[in-house]
Amino acid sequence: MIEIKEVRKSFGDKEVLRGVSTVMEPGKANLVIGKSGSGKTVFLKCMVGLFEVTSGSVVYDGRDFSRMSKKERTKIRTEIGMLFQGGALFDSMTVEENIMFPLNMFTNMTSGEKQKRVDFCLDRVDLKGVNDRYPSETSGGMQKRIGIARAIVLNPKYLFCDEPNSGLDPRTSILIDELLSDITKEYKMTTIINTHDMNSVMEMGDKVIFLHFGEKEWEGTNKEILNSGNDELNDFIFASKFLKELRKGVQGSYGKDLAGG
Amino acid sequence: MNPIEHFGKYLMLLGRTISRPEKFSMYWKECFRQMNEIGLGSLVLISVIAMFIGAVTAVQFAYQLQDSFIPQYYIGFIVRDTVIIEMAPTLSGLVLCGKVGSSIATELGTMRISEQIDALEIMGVNTASYLVLPKIIAAIFIVPFLTIIAAALGIGGGMLATIATGIAPDTYIRGLHSWFVPFNVTLMLVKSVVFAFIITSIACYKGYYASGGALEIGKASTSAVVVASIAVIASDYFIAELLL
Repeated sequence: MIEIKEVRKSFGDKEVLRGVSTVMEPGKANLVIGKSGSGKTVFLKCMVGLFEVTSGSVVYDGRDFSRMSKKERTKIRTEIGMLFQGGALFDSMTVEENIMFPLNMFTNMTSGEKQKRVDFCLDRVDLKGVNDRYPSETSGGMQKRIGIARAIVLNPKYLFCDEPNSGLDPRTSILIDELLSDITKEYKMTTIINTHDMNSVMEMGDKVIFLHFGEKEWEGTNKEILNSGNDELNDFIFASKFLKELRKGVQGSYGKDLAGG
Repeated sequence: MNPIEHFGKYLMLLGRTISRPEKFSMYWKECFRQMNEIGLGSLVLISVIAMFIGAVTAVQFAYQLQDSFIPQYYIGFIVRDTVIIEMAPTLSGLVLCGKVGSSIATELGTMRISEQIDALEIMGVNTASYLVLPKIIAAIFIVPFLTIIAAALGIGGGMLATIATGIAPDTYIRGLHSWFVPFNVTLMLVKSVVFAFIITSIACYKGYYASGGALEIGKASTSAVVVASIAVIASDYFIAELLL
């Protein structure tokens, strides 16, 4: 479990996060949604320590990350896996070397054990036979999956994903969502996903946090989101004219149904 | 940011590089990769430039000696000392500023912008140490060898040019043997080590703190070359003042 307590983050005079408090629940996919510029990425980077919080705290299972020494942070970071928006794969390494990198750096496994683990992770993300390819020789969807394989190779307790579906076609997006959902349940990880994608929200949002101008505007589950009654959230979900009309229509017919019309 | 702030940030980055490696074997591997990149990657360019610089120095000096009472074997002596004291270390340094400096700044800048450095940080790797230290160590180790090769080829180039101008090789070789001061070789090696440190550390600093997009990577790369080149020339003067 990750507790976020009154986290504020400013860059100069500009306050990007304004006292966000929430709990990221273990074994569940916790989705952070919001418009561009709402502070989602800053929020995620504050949680993993890439940005220092201006005030407030981030607590990993009782351990206050924001007040830890560098050494203690390094230890906790071996429990964190992260999938970046662009994959962030190391260009100079092959797919296999990318996934093996955390094992080489932080474990004393034999080369046989490492190879077995890499093959297992690649198999887990449905990628076989790409070990010797370089990241530039793989597609966007494959890079995301390689990123997931690298993120889970050390069996992390916490998995962070920044826009895992960005730049992917709808079908591949669904595959990535399913993969993240399965991995979260399988390894009982605390998964935090930043996304714009409403398909992801509806498919895997065990918990959804809606950020609006750096504040937590709403939180709940994917089942509650359509009836949240929150105007800002509705404005975000039903962004296009088509969806707005559709919603009106559905509500209208639903209303008529209720009235027996 | 003003130059003093940049210098402070640069020193802080260097301070962060000095830490216990997460795993020595990974750092060594990276060191050897960098030696290969810096050393083998620059060998041909430095060799060609050194040969021509030696040749040009010989031809220019032979031209100056025409119709003078100075013996022709002085050409060998002048080329040897010019190449060892100045041309080999300084020109190699400037060439490396362009080739290695821009390459390192671009590599780290790209890693920064494509979040590869963030990915390493998340894993718990001390990125300043892992990405900067092996480059500095590799350069400090390999650049003196490149400089020695440059000096040898420069002197060789001078000899070939002298022969082409019709002067006997023996005359040139006699000059090479005259008034040799071994300390000049030490001076050359000191310069090469200092230049190696300057080039890699400045390039790493510029790349490591790059932000924005492709345009900023280009600017970081150019800035690395410009600042490192000025720093190399300035330090060349100070080393000469201190050691000569």
